[in-house]
Amino acid sequence: MMWLSPSESEALSLSLSIAARSVVLSLPLGVLAAWVLTRRRFLGHTLLDAFVHLPLVLPPVMVGYLLLLLFGTRGPIGHLLQRAFGVELIFTRNGAALATAVMSFPLMVRAMRISLENVDRGLEEAARTLGAGAFDRFATITLPLMLPGVLAGAITAFSAALGEFGAVITFVSNIPGETRTLPLALYTALQTPGGDDAAARLAVISFALGLSGLLLSEWFARRVRRLLGRPC
Amino acid sequence: MLSVAVKKTRGSFSLDAAFELPTPGVVALFGRSGSGKSTLINLIAGLLDADAGRVALDDLIWLDAERRINVPPERRRIGYVFQDARLFPHLSVEGNLRYGEKRASSRAFISLDTVAGLLDLGSLMERRTHQLSGGERQRVAIGRALLSQPNLLLLDEPLASLDTARREEVLPYLENLRDQLAVPMVYVSHDFDEVLRLSTYIVLMEQGRTIAQGGVGDMSLNADLRSIIGTDAVGAIIDGRVLGVDESSGLTRVSAGRGELKVHAPNLAAGATLRLQLLARDLIVATQPPQNLSVRNSLSGVVASMSRDDADSELIAIDIGGTLIMARVTTAAVRDLRLAPGLPVWALVKSVSLRSHYFAAPPAKPIARPGA
Repeated sequence: MMWLSPSESEALSLSLSIAARSVVLSLPLGVLAAWVLTRRRFLGHTLLDAFVHLPLVLPPVMVGYLLLLLFGTRGPIGHLLQRAFGVELIFTRNGAALATAVMSFPLMVRAMRISLENVDRGLEEAARTLGAGAFDRFATITLPLMLPGVLAGAITAFSAALGEFGAVITFVSNIPGETRTLPLALYTALQTPGGDDAAARLAVISFALGLSGLLLSEWFARRVRRLLGRPC
Repeated sequence: MLSVAVKKTRGSFSLDAAFELPTPGVVALFGRSGSGKSTLINLIAGLLDADAGRVALDDLIWLDAERRINVPPERRRIGYVFQDARLFPHLSVEGNLRYGEKRASSRAFISLDTVAGLLDLGSLMERRTHQLSGGERQRVAIGRALLSQPNLLLLDEPLASLDTARREEVLPYLENLRDQLAVPMVYVSHDFDEVLRLSTYIVLMEQGRTIAQGGVGDMSLNADLRSIIGTDAVGAIIDGRVLGVDESSGLTRVSAGRGELKVHAPNLAAGATLRLQLLARDLIVATQPPQNLSVRNSLSGVVASMSRDDADSELIAIDIGGTLIMARVTTAAVRDLRLAPGLPVWALVKSVSLRSHYFAAPPAKPIARPGA
């Protein structure tokens, strides 16, 4: 990236690193949430469903503020994490990853659910008669068959994580080299006199990243479907 | 002995079924669509929970509601062949076959090689499942179920989704399994031809009830069965023993009751079982020993019973020496011949109108579960 300034390429690599952490953090939970919401009927199902989707409709700044209350140094969870594991979230890149994970969670779960709904439950029944217990069935039949959705969900969440602004700046602030991701760098450039060229470059990168994320997700989904012998 | 007695109510449908299958053997669950056949085998497999009842194979108890025993399907070791095969699309044919085998722990008695041989799967191993024809899919599904080393094999209309040609392609394999394996099978079907070719025992179902059951020979004259398959398909089914070849005609001699029939069935060893279907509409009844006829087969017997079939015909049951056969005769002929129970008669049947199905003599060592 010869044409990026050091601080701009730092924002790029930081964004990629935070988005990757965010996806790694939310992937197992996303699969679990998708499974519970698709396959289980229980009291409070609708409530959980709404809760998972909340970040889509709440102002991101408010999500950041909630995270601050819960995971801040004096927040109930933040306090515990620091005491037990020495994990500090506020003003750190891990905190930024948490904020982006929460914001992109509904998108991830959505993609996984669609895919899981298409998994033929008859196949799980067949596995059952062949001697596979519940976890075995999930690991060897359900999960591989919903893989297109898991991949699509991960890639969409990754792309969305690259672009998250409100929740990040509220929760972990705008610290160069630690929490200043691409959108934050873009915002900062716009606020700086003479930063127009930098802003344009950052915008182009963000655009390219988002687009390639979506294309990649579509390509993956097609490939897996072909592997499973289904029409694309 | 497989013994099943279960009750289940789902919405407006209620099932109350009971049967006992002498093992090894193939029991056909036969009835119209919607009579509860699939529900019943899902209850046997444990995929549906019964409201009450008991399911056991000899001393293996899978369900006993009174004693609060309900073994989950994954621990019942019951092989299940679904109508739609349900092969795993993300695994190769071999991966599918091995799926059950891997989970069958140490009690293997059927090997991949045996299954590949019985079902002719050798050339399919590396294929993906979407590259298989309908018949091949079902063969793989059957192999997969067998490799799970099952105590019992359930087959839910495995041929129903196939066209006639594909069906003919798979049926011989099923006959092969019946003759080579000592694994009891429950075969669901609404096609009497399949039942005729495969089963040793028939359970009739109607509206969620098991209404009649018995060996194929006894059941072939059952009035309820008649109402399901229609008058034209009615006829005695006799499992005759091959006696040898008739030197003068080249036809195969098969025992039937006290007498014997000559049928066209080349190259059968003496002692094998040949199942014969004598359709009631093809039988001719005479009250004197027949002479000067082209008919090759005549069985002497006594009229056992008579029942009205429709407005102008009657069904005459004839005892040919411990075995009953059935002839459909017009009411006018009954009157002219003065047919009545107790009257000695001769039943004539043309060799060419006999349908026969080969049951191999049981092998000296069938492939069986250790301790079965």
